[in-house]
Amino acid sequence: MSAITRDEVAHLARLSRLALTDDELDHYATQLDAIIESVAKVAEVAAEDVPPSSHALPLTNVFRADEVRPCLTPEQALSGAPAVEDDRFRVPRILGEEA
Amino acid sequence: MTMLYDEALDRFEPVLGLETHVELGTKSKMFCGCKTAFGAPPNTQVCPTCLAFPGALPVANAMAIESTIRIGLALNCSIAEWCRFARKNYFYPDMPKNYQISQYDEPLCFDGYIDVEVNGETVRIEIERVHLEEDTGKSTHVGGATGRIHGADYSIVDYNRAGIPLVEIVTKPIPGTDRLAPEVAKAYVTELREIMRSLGVSDVRMEEGSLRCDVNVSLMPRGSSEWGTRTETKNVNSLRSVERAVRSEIERQAGVLAAGGKITQETRHFHEDSGTTTSGRSKEEAQDYRYFPEPDLVPIAPDPAWVAELKAALPELPSVRRKRLQAEWGLSDLDMQAMHNADAFDLVEATVAAGAPPADARKWWMGELARRANESGTSLAELPITPAQIARVTELVASGALNDKLAREVLEGVLAGEGTPDEVVEKRGLRIVNDEGELSAIIDKVLADNADAVEKVRSGKIAAAGALVGGVMRASKGKADAARARQLILDKLGVSE
Repeated sequence: MSAITRDEVAHLARLSRLALTDDELDHYATQLDAIIESVAKVAEVAAEDVPPSSHALPLTNVFRADEVRPCLTPEQALSGAPAVEDDRFRVPRILGEEA
Repeated sequence: MTMLYDEALDRFEPVLGLETHVELGTKSKMFCGCKTAFGAPPNTQVCPTCLAFPGALPVANAMAIESTIRIGLALNCSIAEWCRFARKNYFYPDMPKNYQISQYDEPLCFDGYIDVEVNGETVRIEIERVHLEEDTGKSTHVGGATGRIHGADYSIVDYNRAGIPLVEIVTKPIPGTDRLAPEVAKAYVTELREIMRSLGVSDVRMEEGSLRCDVNVSLMPRGSSEWGTRTETKNVNSLRSVERAVRSEIERQAGVLAAGGKITQETRHFHEDSGTTTSGRSKEEAQDYRYFPEPDLVPIAPDPAWVAELKAALPELPSVRRKRLQAEWGLSDLDMQAMHNADAFDLVEATVAAGAPPADARKWWMGELARRANESGTSLAELPITPAQIARVTELVASGALNDKLAREVLEGVLAGEGTPDEVVEKRGLRIVNDEGELSAIIDKVLADNADAVEKVRSGKIAAAGALVGGVMRASKGKADAARARQLILDKLGVSE
């Protein structure tokens, strides 16, 4: 059963801004298939008395009070940035020319 | 290509939808303790959590949850008994995590409504949902011709705003507004802004971006019941722009449809200078955001008893208050509209509370003070005068110590920083001349100087007495009681009215 098509992998790659070759698309389609099959095994053990859950802990309402805590300095914040300009993170061009 | 508004409305019916974002005025961010001040130097209000450093985890701000529930209650929404945050995944540098923590199919508040007044008609706007998310960072696009993202060489990002709690309020589609669509959109956003103010949850400044509105518009041909394709216009940064953006998008879409074209579902940008919209990026489909429950935050389950307490403690909402004040003060719809536009309700209400009759309180704020605020380019609330001082002036007028002209001089003195109304009266010597002897002496002099007028009055032309009263007012520098002066003049000349 091949659930994931090459087109779906290509779409996912585009959303993630990853350039993949045709060989890579096939490669990842196979891998993603294996992952989905493994995850699908959970459905086999799910029973009527086991409600679906998204969180491992049976907790709700974990909040913090609205209190200000110390921030980083701009120097600290930007120290790991590949490029900086005017105390801002500099990032490559986001969109190309308008079509 | 665009069609004139009237012709567009002859041929098509608009359907509106409004998505409004409100930045909450919490002290700290949504998921970390960073400050939230507007206009701070770049990247001075950031920490490992809002910069998405590895291992940093979010914890939800209790005040933001409470404010969102209060907003939902004020908009007549149901409050979810249990709901979760969701990750909205997208590849864009305004969020350093590469996702935004938002809510997807489980909003905190849902199914509400508000009523707005447009041209004396009540229009009910249904609210689809109110959910809580985090605001994004601010990108500046460098290079290229326009300063816009298209064609820029690169961008620089400030994350001070990233992670500030943001409430999104989404209406259900609003059909049936017909020609009033632009006014309805504006009235809705205006009302939302007032509700937020009365709740004290946000400073709702459109010019600073703490209230932002996306306007959805679609058209369907008259007689059709099938809604057309909608566009979403962003960058609408003032109440007036909300109205203009709806109008402009109706005109543009009507032009496209009438020429046999198709509307593309897309994001459009509103331009303040031209009042028109241009195409932005085409929207990603909801499934492209790959929403899933946020694993780093546990679900929210508001205690119904707590929600009931919040509901009971809601302040009087603006529409209810306006109705109450109108009834109490006996004002016309027009008066109410003028006061609404001048943002005068708080001031007039406080002046009445300080003892002034409602009609007088309104007269001074909407007359003399509105004129002076207008002259100095400020709002009424910014004038250096208090409601209690206005109340004192109305009291002095009612007791006969001042007339309206003198009262205006007192206000001028108070505004000029000369002290309280009583101090200004004292310093400027503005009290009405109540001393009959003094008034009588002034009248005698005026009568002696105006033989012609005196003769006319004696011969029965009582209207000529007006000139004599005017002379007395001039001679007393406006401090005489005009009615009393008139009576004394007629008595002295031996005529009666």
